Amino acid sequence: MAKITYKHPNGTVTILDVEAPNTVMRAAKLNNVDGIEAQCGGSAQCGTCHVYVDAESTVVLPEMDSVEDDVLYGTACERTEFSRLSCQLPVSDDLDGLLVHLPEAQS
Amino acid sequence: MAPHSVVVVGAGQAGLETAAALRGRGYEGRITLVGDEPSGPCDRPPLSKGYLAGTVPAADIALRPPSFYAAQDIELLAGDRVTSVDRERRTVLLESGLRLPYGALVLATGCRPRTLPVPGAALTGVLTLRGLADAEDLRLRLSGPPRSVVVVGAGFIGLEVAATARGLGHEVTVVEAQPRALARALTPQMSDRVVAEHRAQGVRVLLGREVSALYSDAEGRVQVMELGDGERIAADLVVVGVGVLPNTGVALGADLVVGDGIVVDERLRTEDPDIYAVGDAARFPSPHAGRHIRLESVQNATDQARCVAAGICGEPYPYAAVPWFWSEQYAMRLQMAGLTAAHDETVTVGDPDEGRFSVLCFRGGRLIGVESMNRPADHGIARRLLTNGTQLTPATAREPGFDLKKLPRTQAASPSRSTNTTTQERQSVHA
Repeated sequence: MAKITYKHPNGTVTILDVEAPNTVMRAAKLNNVDGIEAQCGGSAQCGTCHVYVDAESTVVLPEMDSVEDDVLYGTACERTEFSRLSCQLPVSDDLDGLLVHLPEAQS
Repeated sequence: MAPHSVVVVGAGQAGLETAAALRGRGYEGRITLVGDEPSGPCDRPPLSKGYLAGTVPAADIALRPPSFYAAQDIELLAGDRVTSVDRERRTVLLESGLRLPYGALVLATGCRPRTLPVPGAALTGVLTLRGLADAEDLRLRLSGPPRSVVVVGAGFIGLEVAATARGLGHEVTVVEAQPRALARALTPQMSDRVVAEHRAQGVRVLLGREVSALYSDAEGRVQVMELGDGERIAADLVVVGVGVLPNTGVALGADLVVGDGIVVDERLRTEDPDIYAVGDAARFPSPHAGRHIRLESVQNATDQARCVAAGICGEPYPYAAVPWFWSEQYAMRLQMAGLTAAHDETVTVGDPDEGRFSVLCFRGGRLIGVESMNRPADHGIARRLLTNGTQLTPATAREPGFDLKKLPRTQAASPSRSTNTTTQERQSVHA
């Protein structure tokens, strides 16, 4: 179980307790968290599950592979050093306390 | 004022996303989602790929878990269907006898596969693929020892099934009536490379060849396919992927305008302002095509659902999302942005021989679409360029060292629609 916090552009937050197996994207979709589209269903095709990992975060995330890196070139909102595709972040106990910021737009 | 209730006819991706987007916008009325598939809304793209191959489990095929519908207060009537619409009384009648009142009605009726107009088309072992039940049937037939599988139609569904069947060790033949594969969807540069890969994987691809008949064994199972030129090929299993037909029966019964699909305006309304159509069955005016079209894709289903949800909530905008589409076959990741059929000039970047390249398609010197194989950055950037209307000329694309990744990143234009700003604060919710 990991507590994941999604912060919306208007400042409100949604907090989910997420069980594995899941991804940060899928947990958001299952709970209808607005701001994650994930049109391709999690196959790293579309870049519409873009999140910014909180700059202060100490949570250790899996390394980004080259496909995720490429897909992030196409996000609707500016890519930064904190950008990730939430479909590529599998949930485990290690992700407990993760805070992600949702972009203004996904497509 | 928002209507008191919304009935969504069809529980595929477009129907489900309409219901979800309404709740996402804070719509508080009654939402009923009616679909004839007993499984409820499922993720169709894996049905011709990972689900068939057995790498995507059945549990991952549901678009939402059962708990979602209760949590979002969406009434899902799976395994039922709307038989008629009474526009005067604003009610729909279901096969089960239930009668539902509606304030707004959304037709998300989808498509059904075309069948082959040849003798033997109804034999055992001749299949089409649309829903989870079709995919389960096909998955079981492909899970046994190697057989002779013949795929009719070299479109995306046919080629994805061919790639999956080949990956499972079957002998696979693809028969396509057109002189090239994916003729409706891709440039020859891209479709030729796709066919070359199928052949390299050991699939026999027959182009410009028509099926004339199917013959059975003594038990009525398909055994042999005969082509127009008389060639006979072994066929233990035939998968027909020759396109789809929009389900327009409910719309026709309601006296709505139907062509190839349910005709709607730029806000996706039929001529009855309380009845909308979304997804594969909707025939809408596309600013990208410059005419009415239908699109069969997840992108179109999702974006149209959001557009209609906004309209029902009193915040309408014209539907203008950039079309995009993807396919996966073997190690080929194909991604298409925009509509490329009307191009008059192309520029290829990358290396087709290595299977990593993009075809940039222009019309009148203006970028209208990009097809990519194993170049996901090109695809994403292309979608952004097309969304923002950024100019890119063929001359620029032909310059030595040109790379879409090196284009200066313009700030994303404001989204073509207002995003939801009524997000509610929520406490701990279990995923």
